[in-house]
Amino acid sequence: MTKIGARIAAVAAFMVTLAACGGSAAPAAQTDVGVTSNSILLGNTIAQSGPAAAYGTIANAELAYFTYINNTQGGVNGRKITFKILDDGYNPANTVPLTKQLVEQDKVFAMFSGLGTQDQTSVRDYLNAQKVPQLFVATGATTFMADESLHNYTIGWQPPYQGEARIYAKDVLTNHAGAKIGVLYQNDDYGQDYLKGLKDGLGSNASMIVDAESYDVTAASTASQLATLKAKGADTLFLFTTPSFTIKSLVITTALHWEPTIYLNSVSNPQVYMGIAAKAGAALKNVTSVGYIKDPTDPTWASDAGMQLYKTVIANCTTCNVNDGFNIYGAAVAWTMVDVLKQAGNNMTRANVVSIATSGLNETANPFLLPGVVVKTTSSDHFPITQEQVITWSGTGWTRQGSLIDERGTIK
Amino acid sequence: MVQRFRTLPPRYWLVLVVVLFFIGLPTVIDSFQAGEWAQALVLGIAIMGLNILVGYSGQLSLGHGAFMALGAYTSAILAHRYKMDYLVTIPIAGLLTGTVGFVFGVPALRLSALYLALATFALAVVAPSLIKRPAELTGGVQGIVLLPPVPPRPASDTFAALTGTAMTSDQWVYYVTLAWGLLLFWLAWNLLRHRAGRAMRAIRDGEVAAAASGINLAGYKTLAFGISAFYAGIAGSLFGLAAGFVSPDSFPVALSIQLLVGAVVGGLASIPGPLIGGIFAYFLPIESNQWVPTQTWIPAAIASTIEKAGPAVTYGAVLILTMIFAPNGIVGLAAAAYTRLRGRLRGVPDRESGQIPQDPQTV
Amino acid sequence: MQEFLQLVVSGIATGGIFASLALALVLIYNAMGLVNFAQGEMAMVATFIAFTLISHGLNYWIAFPVTLVIAFAGGIAIQRIVIRPVERAPLLTLVIITLGLTTLLNGLAGAIFGYVPRSFPSPFSVQTVNILGAYASYRDLGVIAVSGVVLLAIYLLLQRTTVGLTLRAAAHHPEASRLLGVRVSWMLALGWGLASAVGAVSGIMVAPIILLEPNMMQTIIIYAFAAAVLGGIESPLGAVIGGLIVGVTVNLAGTYVPFVGGDLQLAVALAIIIGVLVLKPNGLLGRPSVRRV
Repeated sequence: MTKIGARIAAVAAFMVTLAACGGSAAPAAQTDVGVTSNSILLGNTIAQSGPAAAYGTIANAELAYFTYINNTQGGVNGRKITFKILDDGYNPANTVPLTKQLVEQDKVFAMFSGLGTQDQTSVRDYLNAQKVPQLFVATGATTFMADESLHNYTIGWQPPYQGEARIYAKDVLTNHAGAKIGVLYQNDDYGQDYLKGLKDGLGSNASMIVDAESYDVTAASTASQLATLKAKGADTLFLFTTPSFTIKSLVITTALHWEPTIYLNSVSNPQVYMGIAAKAGAALKNVTSVGYIKDPTDPTWASDAGMQLYKTVIANCTTCNVNDGFNIYGAAVAWTMVDVLKQAGNNMTRANVVSIATSGLNETANPFLLPGVVVKTTSSDHFPITQEQVITWSGTGWTRQGSLIDERGTIK
Repeated sequence: MVQRFRTLPPRYWLVLVVVLFFIGLPTVIDSFQAGEWAQALVLGIAIMGLNILVGYSGQLSLGHGAFMALGAYTSAILAHRYKMDYLVTIPIAGLLTGTVGFVFGVPALRLSALYLALATFALAVVAPSLIKRPAELTGGVQGIVLLPPVPPRPASDTFAALTGTAMTSDQWVYYVTLAWGLLLFWLAWNLLRHRAGRAMRAIRDGEVAAAASGINLAGYKTLAFGISAFYAGIAGSLFGLAAGFVSPDSFPVALSIQLLVGAVVGGLASIPGPLIGGIFAYFLPIESNQWVPTQTWIPAAIASTIEKAGPAVTYGAVLILTMIFAPNGIVGLAAAAYTRLRGRLRGVPDRESGQIPQDPQTV
Repeated sequence: MQEFLQLVVSGIATGGIFASLALALVLIYNAMGLVNFAQGEMAMVATFIAFTLISHGLNYWIAFPVTLVIAFAGGIAIQRIVIRPVERAPLLTLVIITLGLTTLLNGLAGAIFGYVPRSFPSPFSVQTVNILGAYASYRDLGVIAVSGVVLLAIYLLLQRTTVGLTLRAAAHHPEASRLLGVRVSWMLALGWGLASAVGAVSGIMVAPIILLEPNMMQTIIIYAFAAAVLGGIESPLGAVIGGLIVGVTVNLAGTYVPFVGGDLQLAVALAIIIGVLVLKPNGLLGRPSVRRV
């Protein structure tokens, strides 16, 4: 420090001390478990090893965002966020003891962004019974938002899979009225939830679905399912599949000399995957998907302020790949978390935070989401994000079509 | 009577101490840790079953996770759909799984050790997708949520009287698991000490010779499978109780590997081995994940690799190192050390335990 | 009919993948009477090594043989370091060690490379071939063709060279071989090295199709086991034929047997394994082995 700097610092310190001694009218900060006057402890369980480990980077991105907030803003209201991440290997049998440890030993203030439908279901009852917030779980399974009244300490964040599928249904009915629909879906909560949303969205037109084929993650190839869908005359193909299988299915579809209109789920649409599919031989003609988050590889956002912020934030994470869509997801949901904490202000209690998250969110300025997407909850609607925008593949990137479609209120 | 008491071999006193330790454990640890120890005991029970099959009768099964799944789902379905009292479902689950295991043991007779390993490994990998199939019954991918058990009044009152705090659900689960563990270990000990155990060991050490001595090969081998599956079924049922939730992803192939690691590291063909193995297999991944990053003496690159790789790397390394340097597991090491000690003190060799069984066909 | 034909053709294509890995399994079995659970992971690691070389600018056609050499050396290294200390140990020990290797290699690959799938180059084009109205890509056929070449190479090695004879002798009659002056231990190492190289070929050939990721071989290995067991675990030709049969059966069973459905493909492989082992343990082309007292 320079001499002048040192003197200024000394004077400042003296004045601060004076002010403090003089007595202050600042309101007394409320504390709760996991909260002290200068820290908040959040807990998380996620798959960082094993078959689902590709998702693990989400927690690292969230940590990067919290680090950014701690460094540039001194935390939230003077409280720095500590984020404890535990690896449950995507196995609910591990999620249970790890969550109990975070709650009973580490005494976290809240659980944040836990990953996995089965995993988060396994601890939902426990967390609600203990009145520990289970905030913004990292899964689109509709139950975490639809059943909020039964588990009022739990809330999701991302658009529900069923909502996304309804948007696809709307798109099909508008743009491909006589389509014969074939569906390839993964036989887990992910795929099944999407399929239900599609059927519900088609409503009386559900008979447009000529066939739905499922596969297990242990399958060697989806060729037989796709061959069957093609043979049944489908001209529109829905892929409710996880990224690896999506890529392979796109390749196989082209290899079968089949050119259906393709609808691709949002988890599998990052440009990086499309690139892999193209290199492996997929034609990628007529591919539609939806998005709600900015894609880091999309040149549209190159000079966007939100994207610059993301790049600054992600630099805090040495193992994070800046182009990975999962990472900007992590930054976006962490942004919401910080937003909630800021709103809680000095009333930093679990009950208040839960109330804000489940019924009082009204976020319009999340820099990582597509412009216009709001994160909103009310006492009667606990779906934070319900808007997505249809995107179509142009051969080199995704082009946003039309405007945001809102599925709010359509899912019971 | 007192005379008899005094001449009990030292190992009986050791057993007593261990039992008392486990009974008293929940009073000194956190409630959720009791839940963790319950899960470790659950693994110990499953490993005891695996041990009977692998260590004593020489049949290699890599699919015991699948049997645990069967036991867990039996209990969960009976409790959730048919509203049975969970405690009642535990022996039912065990018996059902044991029967299935016995039946499974029949075609298994025709498989040599290697092929049995192969077939059971494939079974373990397939198990989650098999569970998902009858979704009506098993809840499919949603799994089955179980209500946390409420400690019954007598137990709760006793606990409160002794410790001054009310018994939590986790602690009650711990005691249920402990009770079953004690029962099953005692059962195994008796079984293996007597005729069935001798027969099985004879089969393990030389099938042809055993058959030539009149031992019913098929009978004992399938019996071993059945008993082993019974243990796994009980363990699975308790597993569901401890976790409060069963789902297909709770029984990945990694579970079967975990059981094998525990069996081998604890010490095959020994009674205490499975218990030690269960504790080791359960706590290793948790501790390595959380403890390793805090140790500053480990170079950062290695620490972060271990952390990212999760239990897989540690398990793999431990399996390999144990098989090379300590194939008889911890019990084997302890027994060898004890033997050396006694040898020094008395000059009398003792019976070894914790041996890896020799190939049945060794000439 | 069209669908049936396509299912068969696609099944043959996928079966080629199983066959290529099954060849490595068969080689190890011929070398030491052991099924190596870690074969798939070793192949995966070799493919990642190739990927690393290529992404540092090395030409594919140079990276390929370099990777084979590295894989060969790696296989020998594994045998020397991890298997040899327990050579005389019972089967159980060896099986457990290979399982340990499996988890270790998988975890390491995941930690070092991450789990995001990657594309991998292939010398074969993505164009397709029309076979009676059904389609297969050149890549798929390329896998089968290369497996055929490897099969021929293995056959020639094992049956027509002294080295191959020595290898088999060391595996079947270690004691007698030692008496004849054969360095049995090094023969086993050679077997591991060769199997590792064959696995590397498999990985490099199939990665373009199944995408390069640490878990890529995790379920393929089970299908490869089914292929090897079906064909006869000692027979390389059996492995290839077995692979093709497994691929087709899985497809057909998944589509035409309502009970099975698309999501129990792996269960079909399991059924094949159990069925073969119980009914005809030596597989289609294996020779029965006699157990002597």
